[in-house]
Amino acid sequence: MSNVLQIVWLIPILPLIGFIINGAGRNVLSKGISGFIGSAVVLGSFLLSLYVFIQVKNGNTHVAHYFNFIDIESLKIAFDFKIDQLSSLFLLIITGVGFLIHVYSTSYMHEEPSKDFAKYFAYLNLFVFSMLLLVMGANYVIMFIGWEGVGLCSYLLIGYWFKNNDYTNAAKKAFIMNRIGDLGFLLAVFWLIAKIGTVSFDEVFSAASLAKLSTTDITGITLLLFVGATGKSAQIPLYTWLPDAMAGPTPVSALIHAATMVTAGIYMIARSNILYTMAPLTQHVVAIVGLATAVLAATIALKQNDIKKVLAYSTVSQLGYMFLGLGVGAYTGAVFHVMTHAFFKALLFLGAGSVIHAMGGEQDMRNMGGLKKYMSVTHLTFLLGCLAIAGMPPFSGFFSKDEILAASYANNPVLWGVGVFTAMMTAFYMFRLYAMTFTGKFRGTHEQEHHLHESPAAITIPLIILAILAVIGGWVGIPEVFLHNGHKLEAFLEPVFAQSNAITVKHELSHSTEYLLMGVSVAGALVALLFAWNKFSKYEKTETPSTGFAKLLENKWYVDELYNAIIVQPLRSLSAFFNNVVEKKGIDGLVNGTGKAVNYGSRQLRWLQSGQVGAYVLLMVIGILILFIIQLFL
Amino acid sequence: MGSYITFPELLIWLPLLAGILCFFTKREQTAKAMALLFSLIILFVSAASLFYTAPKFNTWNGVNYFYPNNIGNTFFVALDGTGRLLTFLTALAFPIIFIAGYKTSYKNASSFFGLMLLTQSGLMGVFCAMDALLFYFFWELALIPVYFLCSKWGGEKRIQATFKFFVYTFVGSLLMLTGIIYVYLHTTGRVFEDGSQVAHSFSLNSFYNASLSASDQNWLFWLFFVAFAVKMPVFPFHTWQPDAYDQSPTSVTMVLSGIMVKMGLFAVIRWLIPIFPLATVKFSHIVMILSIIGIIYASCIAIVQDNLKKLVAYSSIAHIGLMCAAIFAMNQVSVQGVMLQMFNHGINIIGLWIVLDLLEKQTGVKQISKLAGVANKAPFLTIMLVIIALANIALPLTNAFTGEFLMFSGLYKFNVWYAAVAGIGIILAAVYTLNMIQKVFYGNTNSVTEAVKEISLNEKFILALIVCMIFIIGIYPQPVIELTKDAVTTLVSKIK
Repeated sequence: MSNVLQIVWLIPILPLIGFIINGAGRNVLSKGISGFIGSAVVLGSFLLSLYVFIQVKNGNTHVAHYFNFIDIESLKIAFDFKIDQLSSLFLLIITGVGFLIHVYSTSYMHEEPSKDFAKYFAYLNLFVFSMLLLVMGANYVIMFIGWEGVGLCSYLLIGYWFKNNDYTNAAKKAFIMNRIGDLGFLLAVFWLIAKIGTVSFDEVFSAASLAKLSTTDITGITLLLFVGATGKSAQIPLYTWLPDAMAGPTPVSALIHAATMVTAGIYMIARSNILYTMAPLTQHVVAIVGLATAVLAATIALKQNDIKKVLAYSTVSQLGYMFLGLGVGAYTGAVFHVMTHAFFKALLFLGAGSVIHAMGGEQDMRNMGGLKKYMSVTHLTFLLGCLAIAGMPPFSGFFSKDEILAASYANNPVLWGVGVFTAMMTAFYMFRLYAMTFTGKFRGTHEQEHHLHESPAAITIPLIILAILAVIGGWVGIPEVFLHNGHKLEAFLEPVFAQSNAITVKHELSHSTEYLLMGVSVAGALVALLFAWNKFSKYEKTETPSTGFAKLLENKWYVDELYNAIIVQPLRSLSAFFNNVVEKKGIDGLVNGTGKAVNYGSRQLRWLQSGQVGAYVLLMVIGILILFIIQLFL
Repeated sequence: MGSYITFPELLIWLPLLAGILCFFTKREQTAKAMALLFSLIILFVSAASLFYTAPKFNTWNGVNYFYPNNIGNTFFVALDGTGRLLTFLTALAFPIIFIAGYKTSYKNASSFFGLMLLTQSGLMGVFCAMDALLFYFFWELALIPVYFLCSKWGGEKRIQATFKFFVYTFVGSLLMLTGIIYVYLHTTGRVFEDGSQVAHSFSLNSFYNASLSASDQNWLFWLFFVAFAVKMPVFPFHTWQPDAYDQSPTSVTMVLSGIMVKMGLFAVIRWLIPIFPLATVKFSHIVMILSIIGIIYASCIAIVQDNLKKLVAYSSIAHIGLMCAAIFAMNQVSVQGVMLQMFNHGINIIGLWIVLDLLEKQTGVKQISKLAGVANKAPFLTIMLVIIALANIALPLTNAFTGEFLMFSGLYKFNVWYAAVAGIGIILAAVYTLNMIQKVFYGNTNSVTEAVKEISLNEKFILALIVCMIFIIGIYPQPVIELTKDAVTTLVSKIK
């Protein structure tokens, strides 16, 4: 009998059907119907994912084969799905959080015309489909299909309001930066094909452990894959698209640019953990890039005034954390943080959306303040989200962040130190955001104040559910020092990381050290949190422009300007040079010159045809003589 | 069927007959209807030929007539995998072109459609010919009507554009003819069925077995290559192309870009590499470097291009550059990718031209900077364009992805750095494609695009058809791979 998990193809197909119905019927479907279809298909996928998860938990893992995507003598790429602990966990996160965000969107996007409303849900469904392909694919090529697919959906949704030029610029930027990363991913895949002729996860990983790949190969491949991850997961140097991506509707920011798509890089590395474990050099690079991104993004977040921009930089920073975890070999910790981050960051974004909704589209926190009076559910859930991201025990972020920090300490105390410093900044900017938005007195216009209201149930219920998850979501990974066998997630994911765990040297920390580390990071975050609260709860608008370091941070370290100067402009100049000089003057000049020369030559040759028989005879004789002379030499 | 009439003959004679008949029609509508009807019949024949590939149908797929007292040339036409693929592409493209342009009115329509069908006949001949002289004959038959089509029905600067096109291709053809004669003189003779004997032969097999020294191959290779490189075109033989695409009537541009460029690639596969295997190995690096320079160079120019048609032209030069490089990588993966991509590129670029033509007809403008916000007025057209454009930049699950994936993969196997540098082309492709979409389709409408209307039903149908093909081949490319598998293996074995 075939495995029951063979039916997993239904999970991605449902959102695809939703996409087709909403896409094709966008002119006829009412908002109610398209919203219902869009949400229902994702709910269907979620329920199926739940079933799959239970199957996997009971020990049933499966590679489902459907058809051969490419089949030539020297290369076979199958359209297969791999269902194991890792993918089933991601299935739950994607469809679960995805469903909540679909429900939320039915209310949030309600003012859109019904045609655009259906288009929005079509894109959102297409995104879920692509993301599911990404995590279910049993080889790098199927993964890549999803990988570029989510990039496309991100492009379409950032540019959803396509009349606005800034928005479409942001969309374009996201797609192109992702493509730069994708080239790295593709080169890694080609490297695999050239060396071992296969891209299937199982075959690649067993080839790696059987030493069919040299260390150079593994290092090169993992570095190139990591280039792909820096694009998709917004790490240095390819992170600048993510803050701009906030141009998209807020639920999109929550789903794509916080909870799911941007974690694709982490998923990919966790999936390829054995390769990374065998490439210590790459691991160092991953850890350092991750940590550097975490710090850089956190510093920028300190001075942003747009509520979504703060959250965007915070996402970049948190993703950096996850890469730090991957880099120090804490694969479970990184995946754990993906999960808790999905809960609290989706919550924070949706909360921010609720605020923006109430403020009539206003995103500048300087014009907010005192909102807790008007929106109690949003306020409370948002506070819980802030506590979770700040790493306060016993909220979910505490457990996952702690696991990564502990592993960093074991690897190198400096990594830990910088990590804690970043965690303090995180607590600071999150509570700056919280204080500026919800406490103090309202700084907006009277019109806005009049309009303030709590959001409807379709918005608040997802907030409440996510808030509950943000609080208790970490309890599946209680560290050993608190509770023996408390880390359920680690036990569950054990088979995925077994190969890596077998060859890594474990630095066990003593219990006292672990308590100390936790104490320091929590205390640090608490101090930062209270400091921010104290400083910003009575925030007053000032018009004095920032100077010095603050200005540098406000302008995001001028990285966009730098890229513009060293990449965009030179590319434009080079292209203009090719077009105006090489093409028109060089090559075309040569061709036209030849044409002119032929014309000129013909005009001269014309004189030969004089019509005088004598001249013709003379030429004939000369010709024959030349032929004879040539004959002599041959 | 069988020994009386074969697929390749039908594919060559039907368009020729139709073309001649078209010349004698009086009314425009008759010419159009006849052209469309015949092109559909030809499509049907070509589609049928895809199902009779088994060896027991050999007599249906090839025929070899000889003329008494000849110089070693015969009328030898046959279909192999590559030929089947490209004749099918040709057969498919023409009805699409005719339907898409059904509403366009041409002065002197009977000659226009007559010439178009003559071109089709020539193209079919090129893909079927198994005799070098016959190949040369069809090569010219395909080209000459295009000169007339371009110079009679083209845009304002049509004479200049045609002149440039003519100079390039004519020089190429002459070089090739010289080469053909030289190789012919080094073939061994053969005895025909009626007992007559010739000292030399033009048949493909004699060419493959010609006794050519390495030094002969060295210069003959370039004679042939330049002719084919002009046709593709490969950098730096490409500058005729943007002008020709820009100035030709759109139907002709579709033929030029969708099918004619494949003549060059096809000729490299059948008439260059197997005849000069030693020179191929020797010069493959030079050709690949030229091709890769072409990818980057053309993509860069596309970024700053304001003329929509020229943008597509440069984008096509970049794509063809990749295909040419992949052919010379000479491994199974890369050549299989080229086969897939030859077909895909044909479909996609014709789709792009249809959209741009509709746009130009409605607005009278082809400058990107003058257009804006078309999506507000024509959402269906926009969706179709976006899908085709994304296929053009090889997004996964569109047809071009598998083709480009295989080509890059094969290129990587040949040389890592070639693949890496050529890979920059996929980033640049995203840059110019998304720029174009943003400027032309997004934003608010302006005075030029204010009056744009959604497209009509036959245009919707034809674009939807193209989009369907994009997805079908993108999701399940295996049938195309199966069709050309043997041809690829044969070609690759010529080098090893």
